[in-house]
Amino acid sequence: MTEPLLSVRGLTVEFPTRHGILTAVEDITLDIMPGEVLGMVGESGAGKSMTGNAIIGLIEPPGRIARGEILLKGQRIDNLPPDEMRAIRGRRIGMIFQDPLTSLNPLYRISDQLVETIRTHLPMSQEAARKRAIQLLDDVGIPDAARRIDDYPHQFSGGMRQRVVIALALCAEPDLVIADEPTTALDVSVQAQIIDVMKQLCADRGAAILLVTHDMGVIAETANRVAVMYAGRIAEIGPVREVIKDARHPYTAGLMGAIPRLGENLDRLQQIPGAMPRLSSIPQGCAFNPRCPKVFDRCRSHRPSLSQAEVGRQVACWLYDGVTEA
Amino acid sequence: MSDVLLDVRNLSRRFDVSKPWLNRKLEGLEKLYVKAVDDVSFTVNRGETFALVGESGSGKSTIAKLIVGLLKPTQGEIFFSGQSLARGLSGAEARRLRRRFQMIFQDPLASLNPRWRVTDIIAEPLRVFERSMDDRARRLRVGELLTLVGLSPEDGVKFPHQFSGGQRQRIAIARALAAKPEFIVCDEPTSALDVSVQAQILNLMKDLQKEFGLTYVFISHNLQVVRHMADHIGVLYLGRLAEVAPARDLFEAPRHPYTRMLLDAVPDIEMTGRRRKKVEGEIPSPLSPPPGCAFHPRCPFANDRCKTEVPRTLGGVACHAVEEGRLSDLVQP
Ligand SMILES: Nc1ncnc2c1ncn2[C@@H]1O[C@H](COP(=O)(O)OP(=O)(O)OP(=O)(O)O)[C@@H](O)[C@H]1O
Ligand SMILES: Nc1ncnc2c1ncn2[C@@H]1O[C@H](COP(=O)(O)OP(=O)(O)OP(=O)(O)O)[C@@H](O)[C@H]1O
Ligand code: SF4
Ligand code: SF4
Ligand SMILES: [Mg+2]
Ligand SMILES: [Mg+2]
Repeated sequence: MTEPLLSVRGLTVEFPTRHGILTAVEDITLDIMPGEVLGMVGESGAGKSMTGNAIIGLIEPPGRIARGEILLKGQRIDNLPPDEMRAIRGRRIGMIFQDPLTSLNPLYRISDQLVETIRTHLPMSQEAARKRAIQLLDDVGIPDAARRIDDYPHQFSGGMRQRVVIALALCAEPDLVIADEPTTALDVSVQAQIIDVMKQLCADRGAAILLVTHDMGVIAETANRVAVMYAGRIAEIGPVREVIKDARHPYTAGLMGAIPRLGENLDRLQQIPGAMPRLSSIPQGCAFNPRCPKVFDRCRSHRPSLSQAEVGRQVACWLYDGVTEA
Repeated sequence: MSDVLLDVRNLSRRFDVSKPWLNRKLEGLEKLYVKAVDDVSFTVNRGETFALVGESGSGKSTIAKLIVGLLKPTQGEIFFSGQSLARGLSGAEARRLRRRFQMIFQDPLASLNPRWRVTDIIAEPLRVFERSMDDRARRLRVGELLTLVGLSPEDGVKFPHQFSGGQRQRIAIARALAAKPEFIVCDEPTSALDVSVQAQILNLMKDLQKEFGLTYVFISHNLQVVRHMADHIGVLYLGRLAEVAPARDLFEAPRHPYTRMLLDAVPDIEMTGRRRKKVEGEIPSPLSPPPGCAFHPRCPFANDRCKTEVPRTLGGVACHAVEEGRLSDLVQP
């Protein structure tokens, strides 16, 4: 068996506040294999970005990793000194944030930003780095890259800027890319292009991607497996096709049912009653129990942990716990 | 049956994006305009939902703002139940008309005053339009509205930041409904929300439409959402309408090449294995739109005529190839 590229074990992120400690991410365990895209979905505030930020060592104090380990190709990276972590970010782990403008400096030409980033991470001459930058822009589908590379960010459309950000994240040939809502700001036509580029990256270079988004369509097309998050925990994780077609966890089922689809003409969308709890008042037992149509006694007192429902599929729900299965 | 509530005729709006006068003089530059909306006409029937779709920058929000009077048209007219909303309306008349329509914005937090309590936010249209209403009646009405949108009257004392994104959008909807409008313009009302909250809001909007006979202009770049909500759809490209059609027809038999391209680019959530078509080219700069049909640099059916002559709108479609019958064989349902 090949070794996972990224391995997260029992990751827990806490925020001390005046009213006690808030747990934003709790006991997350997942692996991503080389060449694999792991999707991550879930309601706003479920802890998706926080998980990504923990992996790249960018949790804002007073937040902190309270428990757990993060391993990149078998090497622990969660306890590295800040300067060693900085060297890993950008070089071995690339990041794509949601808003392309915040990752690009409006005062510098696209060429300057790419060349500088390449040369920070790879030993290359100015000319070689520029050549590589043009190649990268070409890879992410910027037409006429050799000419456009000396433009300023504002001269590019939103979709083109987002592709530059992707090029920046890829320029040091990272092993892992963390893409947090990379296509949410884009309309469908540009989305399709970006997705192609990311898939290609995995296929060509054996890189792995953690793709955070609330767009199930994007997950369906891009990811191999998907992790569904609820209230800071993984509710369900498994191959995309199976999770989408045959959701096990009642929250996943609710999420899938809530999506309007082109093929059907429903009068009403299925909705999950209520809202996700605040971090300060996560219910006892299963965090989803006040909203769950299948809740039963045990759910209100005991918290289910992620367990194997079948090969490759894990669900945190008492319905799939051998002991209670009726 | 088809009782027209909103009639938009040849609407255009351009923005002056020139550099300041001195720079222009020094650098010898011309004045520069963006044609954000260019000769757009459509009608919306009472009690129906008309959706506007199109890529980023195609002019959707500009049309929304023109309709609710936040922007003035450069050209064209808008009629609301037969009355022109043109510049010449007198104050009282304008107010009487304006109370009949409302707008919901994309970002609920930005459109709700953070220093006001929810009660005051929702009561504001009542203060403007129902001046005779006393405090007690107004409080009662706000309580009713909060209940209507699935919140509770006690929530009125809170501030917007104390609510989740979906709840804030409910507050914005309650405010929009306060003055009992007939017509609401919704600009990306659920784009910032996740799917489960989106389902709650869309269901609420449909329920309210049924109950009060509301008419919506609904803007979104999510085609699945539009399919779910709309009776009629207008597809915008670079400020012009490429196609207007009943929702069902548009999805089952899209006619304009741009509409087809948009539909082909929708992600395949059913996992049928359908390959999403790669969309060629970029939306061109609105500062210098291509001559003729603005879509021609990206259109697989473009010919010489397309490069010079702006296509007329015939039967809801503005396309030479459709007009010439060059696409008819591809449109077989
Ligand atoms: N600085 C902070 N202090 C305390 N709590 C925080 C802080 N930053 C985030 N949180 C909380 O941590 C939880 C997880 O947030 P996170 O940003 O990971 O959500 P998300 O799943 O990415 O949501 P979205 O889809 O809205 O981006 C949220 O409940 C959020 O309110
Ligand atoms: N105040 C303004 N000044 C100059 N240009 C403007 C102004 N408002 C809009 N524009 C331009 O008009 C065009 C249409 O913009 P609009 O906001 O209507 O697009 P949209 O279809 O709503 O796009 P999105 O999906 O990104 O919201 C764009 O090219 C935009 O840059
Ligand atoms: S554990 Fe119980 S409450 Fe939680 S999702 Fe499963 S059935 Fe529902
Ligand atoms: S007018 Fe010509 S270029 Fe425009 S959409 Fe029709 S065929 Fe394509
Ligand atoms: Mg996030
Ligand atoms: Mg807009």
